[in-house]
Amino acid sequence: MDLFPLWNSLRIAGISTFVIFFIGIFAAYYIAKAPRLIKGVLDVILTLPLVLPPTVVGYLLLRVLGPKRTVGAWFFSVFGIKLTMTWWSAIFATIVVIFPLMYRTARGAFESFDETLAYSGQSIGLSNTYIFWRIRMPYCRQGILAGTVLAFARALGEYGATSMIAGYTPGRTATISTTVYQLWRTNDDNLAFRWVLVNLVISFVVLLAVNMLEKNAGKTSRRKGAA
Amino acid sequence: MSLFMDIEKRLGNFRLKVQLDVGNEIVSLLGASGCGKSITLKCIAGIERPDKGKIVVDGITLFDSERGINLTPQQRRAGLMFQSYALFPNMTVLQNIRTGAKRERDPARQEENVKAFMNSFHLTELANHYPAQLSGGQQQRTALARILVSSPHILLLDEPFSALDSHLRFRLEQQVREVLRSFGKTVVLVSHDRDEVFRLSDQIAVMNQGMVETFGPKETVFSNPATPTAALLTGCKNISPIEKIDDFHVRALDWDLVLATDTLVGSAQYVGFRMHDICSGSGPNAFTCQVVEEIKNPFSYTIMLKPVGSQGIPFGWEIDQQTWHKLRANQVEIHLPPGTTVLLRENIASE
Repeated sequence: MDLFPLWNSLRIAGISTFVIFFIGIFAAYYIAKAPRLIKGVLDVILTLPLVLPPTVVGYLLLRVLGPKRTVGAWFFSVFGIKLTMTWWSAIFATIVVIFPLMYRTARGAFESFDETLAYSGQSIGLSNTYIFWRIRMPYCRQGILAGTVLAFARALGEYGATSMIAGYTPGRTATISTTVYQLWRTNDDNLAFRWVLVNLVISFVVLLAVNMLEKNAGKTSRRKGAA
Repeated sequence: MSLFMDIEKRLGNFRLKVQLDVGNEIVSLLGASGCGKSITLKCIAGIERPDKGKIVVDGITLFDSERGINLTPQQRRAGLMFQSYALFPNMTVLQNIRTGAKRERDPARQEENVKAFMNSFHLTELANHYPAQLSGGQQQRTALARILVSSPHILLLDEPFSALDSHLRFRLEQQVREVLRSFGKTVVLVSHDRDEVFRLSDQIAVMNQGMVETFGPKETVFSNPATPTAALLTGCKNISPIEKIDDFHVRALDWDLVLATDTLVGSAQYVGFRMHDICSGSGPNAFTCQVVEEIKNPFSYTIMLKPVGSQGIPFGWEIDQQTWHKLRANQVEIHLPPGTTVLLRENIASE
């Protein structure tokens, strides 16, 4: 069994999650503070990928990044790089699809933050950067961690938009999900089943990790709570 | 060593318009919830931005809308303590206090300052505890130490005791009083508790609907509250609108009672007297009253009285239990000694 799809899926999901961790937090932090109207509009736009069919996301991405479209053509003429049908093309698709998961969970966490902590910090002279990384982030740790793991799990399972923008080339752009589809289509039930098992194991491990993290967090707060 | 502020801010229908000019002393903002006391503190600290006006602390302009000055909260050095104390939950007592010492650049001095404040606030043994493991009083001490180690130019305390159980309050209040006295700069304290305010502060500013209605030394504000709101907040519970009879006589409309006043009635609109200022027996402003209701308090009685022949509603008389046991009757003779009635009028600015 060629393990390339596993490796490819993991690196796509890993890089996408890493990127989305920062973009999601950044967006969540500023939008949580925005005025109501702007917040409402941005919220709808940024959550859209969560409810759109993946094929629609793929279509829209192709319209922008495709070799004959503005961005895609410009990139090719300047750098000589095609943005579609490579392994990392899938990162674009995955980033768009998992962004709402990270953004929404992080925003929920930021909105539950007790702003008096930030105000107190400011008035005793702490810089806003210090307050963000040493007070706000630890306070919102659980929500942000949950968002990251969810985003990673979803990135591993990305199929629709990925198959449109990166296609399926064995050994080059194949991921676990596109491989399963391809094997099933070509009647290789045996191998398809093995990849399904691999996928089940990964999902199981990820969810187990989430549960253990939550349990640990619960323990810490209980210990702190016992005066 | 002073605070001058004259600011305006609109928040929906609410209008905040605060003028204060205080020196090196403890001033309390006394008011019901929603009167704008906490926002006033936040404006000084730089968390809320006034629409216009000026705030000057110790000769340093923190905010001036005309000159376009608006210092950041970090630059203002205003030590703001919230009623929740706002300790950082992910840090121990020691780490919390260290965050306050960061303005000091020299690490050795920083550590020295932290140690000194940990010591003087009796926190050394709690150094490695997290805020959630501390009692309310310990949290308050930590919060105060964290603020004072940052050497603020002014202290702003928002309802410092409201998060505490009532039996703890009195003892902690004494500790805080010591701290405030030794601070030696301007302290602004926000509270709705008149006893606390009277014990802790030098000056009192009574706030109502976003404005300072009465301002002055605490004794003056308590003996002559000037407005009905100030009278209520300083604990004067018998207040009635009046009709002027002559320069020294008014008819209290609620109680249907004619009262002689000590001062010129002038343009007064209300008269008030405190429940415990009523005396039994005869004297000036004496009435025979019907006992309408007898309410027992832990250490006193509140007797609801209605003057015989009056068509009005009853007023209250607070009397200690033993005295009332001796006096108890269906009808009692009472009088209001000179200096116990106060004339009040609505603040002109708020009309």
